Amino acid sequence: MSSPEAPTRKLTIARAMSEAIGQEMAADSAVMVMGEDIAKLGGVFGTTTGLLEKFGPERVRDTPISETGFIGAAVGLAGAGFRPVVELMFVDFFGVCMDAIYNLAAKQSYFSGGQVTCPMVLMTSVGGGYGDAGQHSQCLYATFGHLPGMKVVMPSNAHDAKGLMLAAIRDPNPVIFMFHKALQGMGWLGTVKRSITHVPDGDYTVPLDRAQIAREGRDLTIVSLGLGVHHALDAAETLAKSGIEAEVIDLVSIAPLDRATVRQSVGRTGRLLVVDDDYLSYGVGAEVIASVCEDGAISLKATPRRIAHPDVPIPFSPAMEHHVLPSAGKVLEAAQAMLEPAL
Amino acid sequence: MNAKSNQNDRLWMYATMVKSRHFEACIKPAYFEGKTPVFNMAKGPLPGEMHLSDGQEPCAVGVCAHLRADDTVTATHRPHHVAIAKGVDLDAMTAEIFGKATGLSGGRGGHMHLFDAKVNFACSGIIAQGLGPAVGAALAAKMRGEDSVAIAYLGDGAANQGAFHEALNLAAVWNAPVVFVIEDNAYGISVAKKDCTAVARNADRAAAYAMPGHFVAGNDPDAVHAVAGEAIARARRGEGPSLIEIETCRLEGHFMGDAEGYRPPGEVDRLKALDPIPRYRERLLAEGFDAADLDAAEAESQRQVDAAFTAARAAALPDPSEVYDHVFA
Ligand SMILES: Cc1ncc(C[n+]2csc(CCOP(=O)(O)OP(=O)(O)O)c2C)c(N)n1
Ligand SMILES: [Mg+2]
Repeated sequence: MSSPEAPTRKLTIARAMSEAIGQEMAADSAVMVMGEDIAKLGGVFGTTTGLLEKFGPERVRDTPISETGFIGAAVGLAGAGFRPVVELMFVDFFGVCMDAIYNLAAKQSYFSGGQVTCPMVLMTSVGGGYGDAGQHSQCLYATFGHLPGMKVVMPSNAHDAKGLMLAAIRDPNPVIFMFHKALQGMGWLGTVKRSITHVPDGDYTVPLDRAQIAREGRDLTIVSLGLGVHHALDAAETLAKSGIEAEVIDLVSIAPLDRATVRQSVGRTGRLLVVDDDYLSYGVGAEVIASVCEDGAISLKATPRRIAHPDVPIPFSPAMEHHVLPSAGKVLEAAQAMLEPAL
Repeated sequence: MNAKSNQNDRLWMYATMVKSRHFEACIKPAYFEGKTPVFNMAKGPLPGEMHLSDGQEPCAVGVCAHLRADDTVTATHRPHHVAIAKGVDLDAMTAEIFGKATGLSGGRGGHMHLFDAKVNFACSGIIAQGLGPAVGAALAAKMRGEDSVAIAYLGDGAANQGAFHEALNLAAVWNAPVVFVIEDNAYGISVAKKDCTAVARNADRAAAYAMPGHFVAGNDPDAVHAVAGEAIARARRGEGPSLIEIETCRLEGHFMGDAEGYRPPGEVDRLKALDPIPRYRERLLAEGFDAADLDAAEAESQRQVDAAFTAARAAALPDPSEVYDHVFA
């Protein structure tokens, strides 16, 4: 019963997230939201805008600054049949509450032999580039992706944000829903325009475990996620001007990792470049490259490469921060170097 | 403390509050450079979040008036007033906030990560995470047989974080010379303290950890000075930790750019009418201080801040390749 919808209805990721949560709260009385500044303020990153007004303080709860307490409470609520959506304002704050996440939420199903599930969503902001330094700018994809028992996803655009959020809330497992600050569409932070997309106003889901081909190409596969997808697409557009067609894969999901989609693409292109803005070592790039190498049947035309944040805390000074963060320019440079013999 | 040195402290407290307020006043226009007409936190010479301390100066000066360089202070994401009162190098601190090579950490830390080892000052952007390190610094002094103390600053919101309760218990168990100072500005970002705190007075929580708890009303530097003086002297004597809760106010947004829609109408005007700095000046004048002395102290404070900003702006940005230095010692 959706109203006739303009195909151009474009939303930010923030709006798409809050719309998805609101629609699921309307459809399912077990869905509730908790976190710091998520009620009256509507979330520091706009993820819960309008929900308090619609659903009231019983189901939309501002919490004290007590992450261990309220994320632990979400585990208990999930075990008791609720579907809590909780916000950890910045992923960097996981240090004060990780036990509730990886020892409780992620192990509830396993250690109960499947008796108790943990259908909760933990949404959390990631990413730097705006001078907030290393306690407010990290990504930590690998930290979360490494731990079994929870799904970890991140949209690169608003369409996927809504569909992923609906899928995440309905999933019987804990889902870490990361959103990148450079794509969020907040008035006070710059936003990559390409992330603001058409969002259907009805109900739809985007699978939590599928990578997507964001751009097709035959010469090189660039694998990324979140903001990195946009760096890759920017680089691909430049490469196209000299006749090189890069395929861009948006992982969407960090865990589980859709290895098949990556392998299929690299099998065609023979070249693999992985881009992400987490710390380099033991990261997404390492895992994706290993997945391709382990396949055995893929013949590579160039040594795989990865671009990530080097293994230093994210510095404050913009002069340093922009030096270490991945960018479209760095992706382009690496891609060109990999294609050199072909050029 | 005799009456004369107390009067010296009062002049110092006034001058230091003025210095801190002038510091924030200089931050404001610099912060908005490059962020107008379209506000974007990433832009300008001062990118990132910026948490100002306007209104909270009495908490800084009333406590730090009793401190020496060898006493430790751990501060919060809102650190400028405390850093200035603790005697952090003003030029290096300003340069740090501008992300310059001459900054305290060469631009690596910025406004929420100010470290000055010369005066044992540190701060962190993670709520309540300065408390454990303060207990450790206090224990170090105790184990060495020194009479230095540690002060951990925190906000009212931070008193709901597990680390607060763990650190207080630990300090009491170890009888550590540490004083926990809560700056109660009634909010944690948009959430009012009364809506998220089980007790009306966080000072009452001291009872759970068998330490004295003091509530200081009125955002009054003299009252803070008196209570903090006792708690710090007690800690120096080896009699253990205390908790002080100071009623203060945040005259600005949580961070710069905050629309403050969560405040009841007229609240900021009401708070500004109670601004502790002009009130303190009036009190000092009424109690016989010479206006010329206050004016001179004020002018000197402002001169130091202005000089720090001029130097910070002129300083060079760090060489990007130095980003790899200091990850390990
Ligand atoms: C562990 C953790 N959770 C959340 C935050 C986000 N945050 C930054 S400041 C703040 C409010 C702090 O309130 P309070 O302790 O009262 O200090 P105030 O800002 O009022 O000075 C919050 C929630 C954080 N930095 N660290
Ligand atoms: Mg507060």
